[in-house]
Amino acid sequence: MAMNNKNKSKLIYTLLAWSISGMIFFPILWTLLTSFKTEAEAISSSPSLFMFDWTLQNYQDVLQRSPYFNHFWNSVVISLGSSLLGLLIAIPAAWSMAFVQTKRTKNLLMWMLSTKMLPPVGVLIPIYLLFRDLELLDTKLGLVVVMTLINLPIMVWMLYTYFREIPNEILEASRMDGASIGAEIFHVLLPIALPGIASTLLLNVILAWNEAFWTLILTAADAAPLTAFIASYSSPEGLFYAKLSAASTMAIVPILILGWFSQKQLVRGLSFGAVK
Amino acid sequence: MATTHSRTLARFMLLPSVLLLLGWMIVPLCMTLYFSFLDYNLLSPGSEEFIGFLNYEFFLTDPAFLASFFNTLLLVGGVLTITIGGGIGLAILLDQAIWGRNYVRIMVLAPFFVMPTVSALVWKNMFMNPVNGLFAHFAAWFGAAPIDFFAEIPLLSIIIIVSWQWLPFAALILLTAIQSLDREQLEAADLDGAGPFSKFIYIVLPHLSRAITAVILIETIFLLSIFAEILVTTSGGPGYESTNITYLIYTQSLLQFDVGGGSAGGIVAVIIANIVAIFLMRLIGKNLEG
Repeated sequence: MAMNNKNKSKLIYTLLAWSISGMIFFPILWTLLTSFKTEAEAISSSPSLFMFDWTLQNYQDVLQRSPYFNHFWNSVVISLGSSLLGLLIAIPAAWSMAFVQTKRTKNLLMWMLSTKMLPPVGVLIPIYLLFRDLELLDTKLGLVVVMTLINLPIMVWMLYTYFREIPNEILEASRMDGASIGAEIFHVLLPIALPGIASTLLLNVILAWNEAFWTLILTAADAAPLTAFIASYSSPEGLFYAKLSAASTMAIVPILILGWFSQKQLVRGLSFGAVK
Repeated sequence: MATTHSRTLARFMLLPSVLLLLGWMIVPLCMTLYFSFLDYNLLSPGSEEFIGFLNYEFFLTDPAFLASFFNTLLLVGGVLTITIGGGIGLAILLDQAIWGRNYVRIMVLAPFFVMPTVSALVWKNMFMNPVNGLFAHFAAWFGAAPIDFFAEIPLLSIIIIVSWQWLPFAALILLTAIQSLDREQLEAADLDGAGPFSKFIYIVLPHLSRAITAVILIETIFLLSIFAEILVTTSGGPGYESTNITYLIYTQSLLQFDVGGGSAGGIVAVIIANIVAIFLMRLIGKNLEG
C-alpha cells in the first residue's frame, strides 16, 4: 500500500515535470521543426508538429545565399580564441592566488569579480573610439581581445576555486624534490587540475559564443559572429520563418550540446561562489 | 611554506591579469567620466568644450531618461519575479523522485544556452507575430482577437522573452541549493505532522534564502544591461515604451553621436549598477570567509 502511494506520487510528479519542462523547451523544438518545413508551411494557420513534408531546402538556402560559414567561423575563432587566451593569462594568476595567499588575496579576487559587474555602457564610448582609431572595428582580433577581458574575471575565479581543492601538500612535495615553479605548474598542478581547466574553457566558450552586446556594436559584415548575423533577420523581406529557423538551429545546436555537459560549471562559474 | 622567492614570483604571475583588468576598467571609465563633462559630438569634431555638469542635467531631466529608468525597473523587477517564482517551483519539482529526471533537467536548462538574438527573433516572429505567430493562431482557434505583442505590450513581451532565457539559471542555482537541504530535518517535520505548506515556509524557504539573494543580485547585474533583445524586437519603441537605460545610452552615443551626453548616461548606469554590486560583493565576501 505504502509502495503504491509512493509510486502514485512519483507518477504525478513525473507527469507534471515532463509537461512543464516540455513547455519550456517547446520554442527550441518548434524552431528545430520549422527549419525542416517549407516557408508556406512555416506560417500555416493550422501548423503541424511532425506531419509535414520534411525538406532540407532552408539549410541549403541559408548556406548558399549568405556567407553563413564565415559567420560560423567567426564565432568559433572569437569564442575559442578568447577562451584560450584567457586561460593563458588566468592560470598563473589563479595559481598565485590559490597557493601563495597573502592578506590582499581575498580583496584582489573580489576586485576582479567586481569588474564583471561594470555595465558595458559605462565604457562603451571610449572602447568604440579606441577601436575606431586602432582600426579594430569589425575585426576578429578586436573581438577576441574584448571577449578575453570581459570573461577574464570569471576564468580567474573558476580556476581559483578548482585550484583551492588541490591539497597544498602535493605541491609542497614537488617543491621539496627541488622542482622549479615552472615545473611545479606544468608537471604537477596542470595534470591534476585538467578537469577544472577544461570546465573553465567550456563555460567561457559558451559565454563568448552567446555574447551579444559587444559583438553587435563592434562588428559589421566582416567579423560578425552568429549573434550579429542572426540579428540581420530582424528586418527581413518576404517569407523567412523557415530560413530563420534553419540559421538559428545551426547557431544554437553546437552550444546546446556543449551546454548539457556544463551544468555544474555553470553553477560554479556564474554564481560567483555565492551559492555552495 | 612559501619562500620570499616564490612570493615575488607569485606577484609577477598576477601582474598580467591585474594590469589587463585595470586597463579594461579604470582607463575607459576615466575617459567616459572625462567625456561626460564635454560638449562633444562626433558629427562636429574638434569643437569639444568643457561644460561642467550640463550633460548630466540634460540627461537626467530628459523625459526619455525617466521613461527608460522606469522601464529598466519594470524589466528587472518583472523578470526577477517570474524567474525566482518559477525557479523555486521548478527546483522543488526537479528535487522529487521522478522518471527521466536527466531529460527533464536538460529541457529546462536549454533556453539558457540559446543566444539572445535567436531567442528574441524566434519569439518575436514565430510566436508573437500578430498574423503568422503561433499565439495568433491559438487566438484564432478560440475566436479571440490576436494580440499585437510588440505594439500593444512591448515591454511585457520583452519581459516574457528575457524570463524564458533566465528561468533555467534561477532553477539550476536553486536546485543546487535545495539538494544540500538536510533530509532528516524534513523527516522530523513529517513526524511532527507538518504539512507540505508549513514545511515549505519554515524549512525550505529559509534554507534557500541565501541562494535566492544570490540569484536576485546576479540576475540584476546582467538584466540591467539587456540590449540585444530590445535591439532586434522593438528598437526601444513604440516611442520610448521599451527603451531601457542601456538602450537609451546606445542610441544617444552611437546613433546620435552625442559623446558627452552618452558618457553622462554611462556614468549614471555605472552608479546604478554599483548599488547592486555592493550588496553582491558583500554576499560573496561573506562566503569567501566561511
